[in-house]
Amino acid sequence: MTLSVQDLRVYYRTLRGEVKALDGVSFELADGEILGLAGESGCGKTTLGKSLIRMDGRMKHVGGRVELDGEELPIGDTVKMNPFRFTEVSIIPQYSMSAMNPTRKIGRMVRELLDSRGVTVDTEELHRRLDLVELDRDVLKRYPMELSGGMKQRMVMVISTLLNPSLLIADEITSALDVSTQKAVVTTLKGFRDLGFVKSMIFITHDISLTNQLADTIMVMYAGKLAEKAPSDAVVNRPRHPYTQLLISSLPEVGVRYADKKLTGIPGNPPSLLDPPVGCRFQDRCPLAFDKCREEPPVVEVEKDHYVACWKA
Amino acid sequence: MLKLQGVSKVFKVGTFGGRTATAVDEVSFEIGRGEVVSLIGESGSGKSTIGKMVLRLIPATAGSITFDGADITKLNRREYYRKVQGVFQDPFSSYNPIFKADRIFSMIKEVYFPGESAQAWREKVAAALQDVRLDPAAVLNKFPHQLSGGQLQRLLIARALLLDIGFLVADEITSMLDASTRIDVLNLLADLKQRGLGVLFITHDLALGNYISERTVVLYQGRIVEYGPTEKVFEAPEHAYTRKLLASVPQLHRKWEGV
Amino acid sequence: MTTTDPVSTTTAPDPGTPPVSVRREALYFAVRNGKLLVGATIVGIFLLVGIIGPFFYDQSPMAYVGQPMLPPSAEYPFGTNTFGQDILAQFVYGVRSTFEVGLLGGGLAAIIGMLVGFVAGYRGGLVDEILNMFTNVVLVIPTLAVLLIINAYLGIRSVAMQALLIGLTSWPWAARAIRAQTFSLRGRDFVDLARLSGVRTGRIILREIAPNMSSYLFMTFILLFGGSILIASSLDFIGLGPTDGVSLGLMLNHANQWSALMLGLWWWFVPPGIGITAIVGALYVANVGLDEVFNPKLREL
Repeated sequence: MTLSVQDLRVYYRTLRGEVKALDGVSFELADGEILGLAGESGCGKTTLGKSLIRMDGRMKHVGGRVELDGEELPIGDTVKMNPFRFTEVSIIPQYSMSAMNPTRKIGRMVRELLDSRGVTVDTEELHRRLDLVELDRDVLKRYPMELSGGMKQRMVMVISTLLNPSLLIADEITSALDVSTQKAVVTTLKGFRDLGFVKSMIFITHDISLTNQLADTIMVMYAGKLAEKAPSDAVVNRPRHPYTQLLISSLPEVGVRYADKKLTGIPGNPPSLLDPPVGCRFQDRCPLAFDKCREEPPVVEVEKDHYVACWKA
Repeated sequence: MLKLQGVSKVFKVGTFGGRTATAVDEVSFEIGRGEVVSLIGESGSGKSTIGKMVLRLIPATAGSITFDGADITKLNRREYYRKVQGVFQDPFSSYNPIFKADRIFSMIKEVYFPGESAQAWREKVAAALQDVRLDPAAVLNKFPHQLSGGQLQRLLIARALLLDIGFLVADEITSMLDASTRIDVLNLLADLKQRGLGVLFITHDLALGNYISERTVVLYQGRIVEYGPTEKVFEAPEHAYTRKLLASVPQLHRKWEGV
Repeated sequence: MTTTDPVSTTTAPDPGTPPVSVRREALYFAVRNGKLLVGATIVGIFLLVGIIGPFFYDQSPMAYVGQPMLPPSAEYPFGTNTFGQDILAQFVYGVRSTFEVGLLGGGLAAIIGMLVGFVAGYRGGLVDEILNMFTNVVLVIPTLAVLLIINAYLGIRSVAMQALLIGLTSWPWAARAIRAQTFSLRGRDFVDLARLSGVRTGRIILREIAPNMSSYLFMTFILLFGGSILIASSLDFIGLGPTDGVSLGLMLNHANQWSALMLGLWWWFVPPGIGITAIVGALYVANVGLDEVFNPKLREL
């Protein structure tokens, strides 16, 4: 078991109160597993990803326990997390492509980054990995500005997995890319896992169709909580949570046309996380809601490896 | 209704325009009344540049764009915008952040309906909001950051409807929206067809283009590589690029080959 | 949509927002902003001292009224200088002319800077190239030397003329900063949308772009204001200032020239020093407050 998350709660402090961005989420991630974390903006998926590496100072770790390879991650402590970052847990953040220092040549940047972790560059290994993602070795002598978006993205992927971390978190790394580049990035990520560069991976995206191409398991989140988690195939073809069902039925696929089959979205907006409703957080938008939904539904394993938080599931 | 003939756009780059870059290269197509045409391409394909030229936000370098037979560059700007409007990709950038979101309506009133009484205008706005299925109490008198992306995009469509437009340029209007609200905005656009509106639907998402449009234009590096009825483009694509695009689209119920 | 920042996606209605016009609303937050109030109050007090002080403290700033080097007393609240001039009288008149040269010089520079910056940034292309070149030419002119020459040849001695010369030479950096800001705002979709609403260029600059930079423009003005005061002081110091008046800068430089520090005449240099620091500092604090007032996002966080 690579990762085990128990009842994780992470809030953001604002002047108007605490935003309960992540409110009691538990799950496990097996060795070699790729978990697709899906959901809409504000559902807590990025918060979950960032909290596992404690990247954002405004985050307040309210509760919960995270274990990586049997060792507890000190995710409430920025300083104590330092030895784990990059070596054990690595993240490719959403805007990583623009996060590269424009005044440093890429090779120097990599060297400095590794120096700060007390590691020297294994040039041979670095070159091998550049070849693998089809990047010219010359990129190390160039500035970030000289690389295209897709090249930068591949460079960031190489850098963040250079030390073979146990867990890689990829946060919306494909959302700014063209479809053909998306496919290349997803293929590369899968290759990294297959080659053992990373033991397991959390792939965060809003695009379920894309997640399905890569992930072994998909976890759907809604308003800071887990809604459904199951093998990809089950989530896509046999969703049990009403939110997942509505979400999937709202996705247009090539072949589905307005004139033949009019799709519908989900009416309403997600609740404010400053003061979320008691009970199921989807109740106001759910067509199946009934009295019981005012109590919080527990996460139940409805069939093997298929977890759902809904009274009707 | 709208016709592009050999339209090109060449940008000058560098100081005093020392070098040039061709963004759009001899593009011709036509959009009729009550028709949605999707313009599909990846970043850098020139699709947004075409939208901007149709909206007269940038001039074309060569070729002609005509609206109901008249060269759009010869038309009075204000009169042209009464009939042709646009909605853009980023709902948050489309609103001036320091003003309330409904200012986009008062701007229209100032220029196009200066004589209209406040009461009549309110009714008109309410009717337009109803057309885009927005509750006036929920969206009026709010700052942009207090509204969701879906609400903001609908407000922009309502704004266009206030003008009784005949043609709408929709440039990636759903790409920043959540899946659960995206389809409703898309449906709204498709509904406009029934009013006889022509829509240029610019997108990188093939599934969306396929969903609402009658005809599809596929753009690659500023050139049209495929143009035809949507079913034909999607079911029997002729150009290798179109086929490659179709193979790269992540589909919910079909896994990519070789991944 | 890809941002998952819960702060910006939770969209509860703001209960404190009164349903009135933007201007009323800015005022609503303005009177509740501590930084703005403190800054404006300090500037206001000095402004009052400069405007009505001379009427109340009926003492000539240039006259030799008492014994030299008197420490502060009931008769001379700020004491006297080496020549026996009343420092309080010099101070109130100095504050006045300091405001004059700051407002006129800084104001003129701000107007030119905005005009050039807005037009260059918004229009782009050839207009931008030409204006940019003009800006760069003025930028590299050694301002002080030119002012020296003009001042020496034309023999200008009035505060207004001094301010005019300062204003005409100190705008380039402001123009460049405003141009850059305008350029980035111009690329935002709301500007295109205003064009699609048939709004004309001048109005777009005035009503869409400028309000977004209002605090930035204000800060530009503050820096130009402060800069004008400092340039004026330098000119005063080398005897090219308005001979018929006083200014805080002139007082400081006189104090320096006559070794006030070594003689222990702290009452000579402390008031003008505090005056300049307080005026510019208070304007800066007010500017930070103003940013919060104009930016709805900062209001809530």
